[in-house]
Amino acid sequence: MFDTDHDGLPAMPGVGYKPQHFNDILRDAAPVGWLEIHAENYMGDGGRPLAQLRHLSERFPISVHGVGLSIGGEDPLDPDHLARLKHLVSWLNPASFSEHLAWSTHDSQFLNDLLPLPYTDTTLIRVADHIDQVQEALGRQMLLENPSSYLAFTQSTMSETDFLRELARRTGCGLLLDVNNVFVSATNLGYSPIEYIDAYPLDRVKEIHLGGHDEDEDDHGAPLLIDSHGRAVVDPVWTLLDETLDRTGARPLLIEWDTDVPDWATLRAETVRAQEALTRVLA
Amino acid sequence: MTEQHSFRAPLLDADRAIPEGLTDGLGRPAGARYNVYRNNVAVSLTEALETGFPAIAKLIGPDNFRAVAARYLRAAPPTSPLMMHYGAGFPEFLKTVEPLAHLGYLPDVARLELALRRSFHAADHTPADPALLQDVDDDALMSCRMALAPSAHLLRSPWPIVSIWAFNMRPGSAKPQARPEDALILRAEFDPEPLVTPEGGAAFVTALIRGESFGSAMTAAGDSFDVGVMLNLLFTHRAIAGISFEDTP
Repeated sequence: MFDTDHDGLPAMPGVGYKPQHFNDILRDAAPVGWLEIHAENYMGDGGRPLAQLRHLSERFPISVHGVGLSIGGEDPLDPDHLARLKHLVSWLNPASFSEHLAWSTHDSQFLNDLLPLPYTDTTLIRVADHIDQVQEALGRQMLLENPSSYLAFTQSTMSETDFLRELARRTGCGLLLDVNNVFVSATNLGYSPIEYIDAYPLDRVKEIHLGGHDEDEDDHGAPLLIDSHGRAVVDPVWTLLDETLDRTGARPLLIEWDTDVPDWATLRAETVRAQEALTRVLA
Repeated sequence: MTEQHSFRAPLLDADRAIPEGLTDGLGRPAGARYNVYRNNVAVSLTEALETGFPAIAKLIGPDNFRAVAARYLRAAPPTSPLMMHYGAGFPEFLKTVEPLAHLGYLPDVARLELALRRSFHAADHTPADPALLQDVDDDALMSCRMALAPSAHLLRSPWPIVSIWAFNMRPGSAKPQARPEDALILRAEFDPEPLVTPEGGAAFVTALIRGESFGSAMTAAGDSFDVGVMLNLLFTHRAIAGISFEDTP
């Protein structure tokens, strides 16, 4: 089995790192417990992004979060991209590496979005094989994140939670539970978010994501939530977080805010609320 | 046709029917829910182009830019997950956009923005010490070879691309004059700076990049070339990565 510790991420709030916050983070007397970076933004040859990352990694545990590996893709994993990822993970030696249960590349076209897949025996074998390759290449355990869903596949023969449980069992990967994604998917597909959490393999959860979403409607006027990461986390998602932490205990919590990125103080206020949720469960 | 091919094809083609076998989770057809993905793809790629080509967006206006981007991202979707490289074909594509044909300088300004982005992400280097050139006799100087930093780029243009770029991106910059400008992009630390290359400088830099000797680069630069000005520019921007005095090609 792979090294599953790597010191890991602390059970504290972290944020998705944005370069515009660099100075604020370094000036903050009590900044966050850790930072997440998107792997693909740090695959250039040099310059400020890598210099900032080197600097931050001396002060903060770093979580490398990939958005372009296309683990759920029908195509083989892109060997060049896997090599770039291996290079990044080798020199940075981050506290954690995670990716998505989704695909983004097909026929050499990269679509820059996390696209859905049906949950079947065929896709299970394929995704498990890709996770094996990633963990083999990186020499460490990876975490896999549950997606935000806007639709379902008639072909699916198993639930998402069963699919994730079986992937974790076969590959030894850990799971990154995004509770905003659970809330978004449950609302969009008409199931109970807490029943999803109860069916989730919670013993595999090593990190929890939180983010904001937008509200829209489908053709029938039913609510359709969009996982935009462009605003504050809403109250029902904080409640779902509390209910999740009651079941898992304290976990590393990440605030994701990727579009309409606010000033540091606003983002920092979200982490204060996340810390309150952790404090409550630790009490 | 594979499942993911069927799912992908309509993402960038609004005329194609939504894939079959998709529901709303309650058994009804997914319908417009699929458009969430169409929208995500188009918006994220448009934003990547806006981030990469802010001067072009300023020059033609945000609405026109989004319309051009919508055509480009369908004609040339990314082939790599590294969005920092997306848009390499955008300058050439701009030449094919008929309503923009009267703005002849646009493709070259886009090339400048692309070069700035490449410079921003280029490998770091240790700058050469100008003292290496002190106490060097003329023969040794003329036969030495200078390696430019990986972040240094030269872009020749019949248009005043540096001035057009600065006028749109740096408030208070002088109005562009109708003249050709060769852009020299140098990154002293982290921020690439587009500079107007002094007369003869483009030929000089081109020769250095080719690995020609200092003397040969001087000859290429012509009689009106001021080598002192040029070297000062390169050294103050830490753009010389190495000087080799070995007499090997």
